[in-house]
Amino acid sequence: MEIDPFIFRLSIFILSIFIGYFVVWSVTPSLHTPLMSVTNAISSVIIVGAIIASFSSLDGSSISFSNILGFIAVTLAAINIFGGFLVTQRMLQMYKKKKKNK
Amino acid sequence: MSANLSSMLFLITGVLFILALRGLSSPETSRMGNFFGITGMILAIVVSILSVDIFFSNLIYFIIALSVGGIAGSIIAFKIPMTAMPQLVAGFHSLVGLAAVLVAISAYYSPDSFGLGAFQNIKTASIIEMGLGVSIGAITFTGSIIAFMKLQGLMPGSPITFPGQHYLNALLGILIISLIGYLAVNQSTQIFWMLVVASILIGFLIIIPIGGADMPVVISMLNSYSGWAAAGIGFTLENTALIITGALVGSSGAILSYIMCKGMNRSFLNVILGGFGTDSTSNNTKEKTEQKPVKSGNAEDAAFLMKNASSVIIVPGYGMAVAQAQHALREMVDKLKKNDVKVSYAIHPVAGRMPGHMNVLLAEANVPYDEVFELDDINNDFANTDVAYVIGANDVTNPVAKTDPKSPIFGMPILDVEKCQSVLFVKRSMSPGYAGVDNELFYRDNTLMLFADAKKMTENIVKYL
Repeated sequence: MEIDPFIFRLSIFILSIFIGYFVVWSVTPSLHTPLMSVTNAISSVIIVGAIIASFSSLDGSSISFSNILGFIAVTLAAINIFGGFLVTQRMLQMYKKKKKNK
Repeated sequence: MSANLSSMLFLITGVLFILALRGLSSPETSRMGNFFGITGMILAIVVSILSVDIFFSNLIYFIIALSVGGIAGSIIAFKIPMTAMPQLVAGFHSLVGLAAVLVAISAYYSPDSFGLGAFQNIKTASIIEMGLGVSIGAITFTGSIIAFMKLQGLMPGSPITFPGQHYLNALLGILIISLIGYLAVNQSTQIFWMLVVASILIGFLIIIPIGGADMPVVISMLNSYSGWAAAGIGFTLENTALIITGALVGSSGAILSYIMCKGMNRSFLNVILGGFGTDSTSNNTKEKTEQKPVKSGNAEDAAFLMKNASSVIIVPGYGMAVAQAQHALREMVDKLKKNDVKVSYAIHPVAGRMPGHMNVLLAEANVPYDEVFELDDINNDFANTDVAYVIGANDVTNPVAKTDPKSPIFGMPILDVEKCQSVLFVKRSMSPGYAGVDNELFYRDNTLMLFADAKKMTENIVKYL
């Protein structure tokens, strides 16, 4: 009997939750705000769905309802990707160690 | 690109995202982590563009969409003041939610492009995943908009409650689950849109009863939702990168919510049901206030006390963020250090409006992160410290949390500032904090109240140092 591919995806999902659990507990509390902005940026990987929607077409000529939704979703995800990673970068650059007195 | 190759590359994206979060375990490795995250994202975008059939007319619109979003996002990222991070993150969450909704709608109308079957004849598993994705996405969308408006001050931060609220929410919840079930059977357009509308509505309804100071929990919770929404869409699209990322973000948000709830000693359910701090305790506090004497001082007194101390602990709270006092505070600390005073900072887990909010503000003001301590690491030091400088914090220092079982904040872990030899409280007035509880520290002999705006007071103290 063949295993449904859904089971494989579910396995990946469940194991990733555990990875997330352990990785996030090891994040230092002082970096919780960058953690939120970076998780926000990476969840915009939903742009892969928006890209499929943007180019979904049967004949490759007219622009469909799905295409328009796709373009809007690409715009939103792009705001998030650029905004999320850049603001995280900006925050992380502020974290400095104490300068040693000479 | 073959499906197997693209799946492999999406898996690599997932791994890079895991490394991005792993990097945040210390500030030194965090910048490398962010680099991994960016690489993973670029990889995911390139792979998905190479996997679809590109045709010219749509490519132009796609590039326009990507550039407009990218430029807008970059401008926001560079312009946003650090004090506005909570509302920025809330706003970003709403975009993820809306993007998830749009992708799900698009997949519902053109399932053939997504490889899910034909219109209204989608595989049963896919339509259920799609239903879940669109529903969680819509809840994230409206919930985050409400959170954004509350944080930005576009609507009152106080809880909005009405009779029968919980029943209405429960009813809507049941409706959503039944609609998803029904959608799996007949896939009709009406049911699909009813599901979208019901989810949009409940997203709005579950956030309005939650008050401003509970926002750390709400933002973390919405962070988690945006992850589950992405995972739901990931199952629909059968995309490994989305499933892994959704799971990572979902569990990250859940852990942060848990940490925030623990910081307030409240159950998650208690926060979500909302309406905290609206009971009638404020009347009783007024009477007490009139009876007890309070010692109040000016900047000169405060400067004198701190200059002659050998150690000072700074306790910042949301008030510091509101007054933008972090730079003045750093200046004050620099002067104290020149007088050989040992200074450190103590951060309560729920200080501010989002997890880690105070740490970012202090980092912005060039405070080295190894002078900033979490509650558990510094709480024993208060007993050996001369002065605690409490700036914009209140409830998180209230000893009533340890002594009065009837108090709404009883059991909440607090910073033991009362163990210091003297406590300086910068506050604009005697008004109680968010929990509506009077802080008995105000009336103690070793407490000196400094009634002023946090920034102005700190600047004045600098002058006298």
